[in-house]
Amino acid sequence: MSWESFLYMGGYAVYVWPAYGVTALVLIVNIVLPVLQRKQLLRELTIKQKRSQAR
Amino acid sequence: MSWIPAPVSRFFHRTSSPPYFYALADRFIPWLTVIFIVLLGAGLYGGLYLAPTDYQQGDSYRIIYIHVPAAWMSLFIYVLMAVMGGIALIWRMKLAEVMLISSAPIGAGFTFVALVTGSLWGKPMWGTWWVWDARLTSELILLFLYLGVISLYGAIEEKRAAARAVSILALVGVVNIPIIHYSVQWWNTLHQGPTVSKMDKPSIHVSMLVPLLLMAVAFKFYYLIAVLQAAKLELLKRETSSQWVKALLEKQA
Amino acid sequence: MPIIGAFWAIIRRDLLLAFRRRAEMANPLFFFVLVVTLFPLAVGAQPNLLRTMAPGVIWVSALLAALLSLDGLFRSDFDDGSLEQMLLSPHALSILVLGKIIAHWLVTGLPLLLVAPLLAVFLGLPEQAMGTLWLTLILATPLLSLIGAIGVALTVGLRRGGMLLSLLVLPLYVPVLIFASGAVDRAASGLPVDAQLNILLAMLLSALVLVPLPTAAALKMSVN
Repeated sequence: MSWESFLYMGGYAVYVWPAYGVTALVLIVNIVLPVLQRKQLLRELTIKQKRSQAR
Repeated sequence: MSWIPAPVSRFFHRTSSPPYFYALADRFIPWLTVIFIVLLGAGLYGGLYLAPTDYQQGDSYRIIYIHVPAAWMSLFIYVLMAVMGGIALIWRMKLAEVMLISSAPIGAGFTFVALVTGSLWGKPMWGTWWVWDARLTSELILLFLYLGVISLYGAIEEKRAAARAVSILALVGVVNIPIIHYSVQWWNTLHQGPTVSKMDKPSIHVSMLVPLLLMAVAFKFYYLIAVLQAAKLELLKRETSSQWVKALLEKQA
Repeated sequence: MPIIGAFWAIIRRDLLLAFRRRAEMANPLFFFVLVVTLFPLAVGAQPNLLRTMAPGVIWVSALLAALLSLDGLFRSDFDDGSLEQMLLSPHALSILVLGKIIAHWLVTGLPLLLVAPLLAVFLGLPEQAMGTLWLTLILATPLLSLIGAIGVALTVGLRRGGMLLSLLVLPLYVPVLIFASGAVDRAASGLPVDAQLNILLAMLLSALVLVPLPTAAALKMSVN
């Protein structure tokens, strides 16, 4: 099977690839978002801790 | 609870301690990620490349490899949430509360995926972007059930009370899911929609079944990774003033 | 006081309180009729179309009327502290809650039956479906109060829980809607409706048993 015919998906490409795309997007977001928020929270907490220790 | 054997209850006591669980999650996530990638790769390769083209639906049927596992996950996660809710209510286990609320957005995400992929699969088959087919309608209601859990938790300020509330809601919801599912199915046969749902393949060839099952298992491992990441965040949020978080911050500096 | 005495006392109290504001009791009725009136205005007044839509329109409107009246179930007791007193009482909260739900249904759900004939006339619902319409209203409106009570108990402590309440309760209402409007629809075509009515009855009986406990648990959470 050639690359072109694979991407073409028998004419249904406009349905199949967005479907896989949306899925990938949702799955990525549900991992990346918590990780980023956690890193952000750790940063904020570290700053707060430094401030309270400096007193 | 005397009927629980000592090693098991010791395991639960140790694991449900937030710092231990946090560290445990960090150890597990890399391994889970490896397994997930392998299963995902195998499933996608089998489904998109190896599996033959469907006689009736052409290559559009390949959406099944994400639509069906996503729908399965949407139900599985809700049931899991109800179980965690029961554990949280009966044993007042903080970790169960955290896992419950961490699972909700993931479950909602899978439900959303099931709806969107279902719609994209349906358009070339039925000619419209939406049909009131039994499965899609049930998934839509399930999405609202998830959104209800997420909204209720967000609306209650005191998070332990919020966790109790969503535990009750999850339990009430899980009792209703079979009722909703069957009543929607009955309703659907009554108002005869378009021809028999192409989404229920009566007999599926093994070359198509194996990638489907691989994807289903892959999604389960994905869920574990995602819920652990979300649980770590939720634990941090809840325990900012505790000793172990302070120690964690020191270690990071 | 034995628990059964407390049960009747709660019902008497709530009915008394509701009757003191008799005028307000008519509000769900007016809403019910008003919403049904909106549909012919929105879709046009062709008799055939309205007749086909009648069971669904009547039932969706009944659902919305029930939803709007739910807030009154625990609101005033929450605001003036009576709810806290009920939590502190030696009686099982579940039984008191069941009493409140029954009183609430008597005041907001049962009256909807009074206007059902009017709505049937508005939408051209066939005569042969009237009996079924009444039966479904009698069976399903208590169900709506019961299922709704869980949602109210979860959100009564929130300042603006109205929309959230709808989000929580409407998905749970879907099976009731399907069977109630389905039954009226079938009756309108002269078909038998035993199955639907039996299912509604089963749901009602289960709800009577299963609803009070989680509702009480949710109230305990909300009040604290």
